[in-house]
Amino acid sequence: MALLELKNVTKNYNNECCALDNVSFSVDKGEFVSIIGPSGAGKSTLLRCINRMVEASSGEISVDGLISSSLSKKKLRKLRTKIGMIFQHYNLVDRLTVIENVLHGRLGYKSTLAGVLGRYSQEEKSQAYRIIEILGLNEQIYKRCDQLSGGQKQRVGIARALVQNPKIILCDEPIASLDPNASKIIMDHLGNISKEMGITIIVNLHQVEVALKYSDRIIGVNRGKVVFDGAPCDLTTRQIRDIYGSESEDLIIDLGERHAG
Amino acid sequence: MRDDIFTKRRNGNLVFLLALLILSVGSIIITEYDVIKGFTSITRAVIWGGSNFYPDAESLRILPEIFPKLQETVLMSIAATTVAAVLALVLSLAGSQTTRINRIFSIVSRGIASLFRNIPIVAWAMVLMISFSQSPLTGYLALFFGSLGFLTRAFMETIDEVGNNSIEALQATGAGYFHIIFQAVLPASMPQMISWLLYMIETNIRDATLVGVLTGTGIGFSFDLYYKRFDYHAASLVVLLIVITVIVIELVSNNVRRVIL
Repeated sequence: MALLELKNVTKNYNNECCALDNVSFSVDKGEFVSIIGPSGAGKSTLLRCINRMVEASSGEISVDGLISSSLSKKKLRKLRTKIGMIFQHYNLVDRLTVIENVLHGRLGYKSTLAGVLGRYSQEEKSQAYRIIEILGLNEQIYKRCDQLSGGQKQRVGIARALVQNPKIILCDEPIASLDPNASKIIMDHLGNISKEMGITIIVNLHQVEVALKYSDRIIGVNRGKVVFDGAPCDLTTRQIRDIYGSESEDLIIDLGERHAG
Repeated sequence: MRDDIFTKRRNGNLVFLLALLILSVGSIIITEYDVIKGFTSITRAVIWGGSNFYPDAESLRILPEIFPKLQETVLMSIAATTVAAVLALVLSLAGSQTTRINRIFSIVSRGIASLFRNIPIVAWAMVLMISFSQSPLTGYLALFFGSLGFLTRAFMETIDEVGNNSIEALQATGAGYFHIIFQAVLPASMPQMISWLLYMIETNIRDATLVGVLTGTGIGFSFDLYYKRFDYHAASLVVLLIVITVIVIELVSNNVRRVIL
């Protein structure tokens, strides 16, 4: 059975049609899926419906065999521990250190009191250290996050997601605020995570060429509808026009390069 | 077109200045305020102050008498402010857009805050005098109510400024409400809140003097007493001590601010 399955998911904001319109697809364990589409196409809404940060208006989403819309508040929290999320603006607590921010990923597993006091077990701490080391942040571990560069902040975001021991990591425009170097480092890490740890990655992207390079599969979204769902090599210029509409003439995409490389 | 904007702006400024002038002149005429007399009497006041309102050697004898009063005033201000801060923190968490539990809590706590803030501290002192007569408790409560209203508002804005980002991230990890408050909201807003608290303590020491005049307690009462006995030398010594105290507190809190911000 698929790890994540969306069936006819629809989302309307304020009774206006339609941020998401009958979206259905399923994702397997360890897959690297990119969601591409113009601004306002519903990419962020789609991602947030999966962990119910946004409630879908209708349709069914099942994660790891659980139908998420039917879950109580407590069970939803438990489900969310299985789904990591990283953000365009990193969403860290800037005044806290790297290790403190990373350990926030464990809060979903904690009782109210233990979480409020920030009491983490030795195991949790050593896991956090290990992950920080993998992401190459050893030297920054006790630095406050407002002293880090954008790329380093995003790596802290990834570490916070990883320390949850997630099955899926949702990435909402993870490289949209980063320079090309830092972007590459972040995407490489995400690629390794899906390959080596078998964690499913679903990433919203603006850059088609990045999606082509890293993904196992690409989902194209336009006006809330899935207009493309397939392997990167099947994505043609015509389909890009379907995804991006008339704007596609202005896009800086060189599909030829892919075949050459 | 571009010239139009500049002309418009200049005309707008002219209209504003003209309105200000009319208001000012109108007020002077209606209240029959004699501008020339007003300014010339300043020099007379300075001359009078210089020849009468200064501490002389003889007035120093009251020092042992007023030091305990000064201490009482300072401690009362600190006590009122800190206790108000604790309550204001709870109210502001319930009232802030980002951390509120629901609309009703938010409206109630905003209502409480603006009620307490908009009643002047002097009015509080007079009203409370009816129930508690002339006692330190009256002064304490007057300061407490004033601080509560102001601090709730200030804390609420601090929390709103910290914003939604890290809250969203922690929600996505499965963290509960109290986890988010203690691990993200408070660490991010605490320095700014402490800064407001220090400001409030400074303000309250000044206000405590005024409240003391009304409620017959603390340093304000000493001032009132000497002033009404025409013992201007002693009264001026009291004023001087208040000024020194406020400056010292200000210096201390500026240092604290520099460390925490």
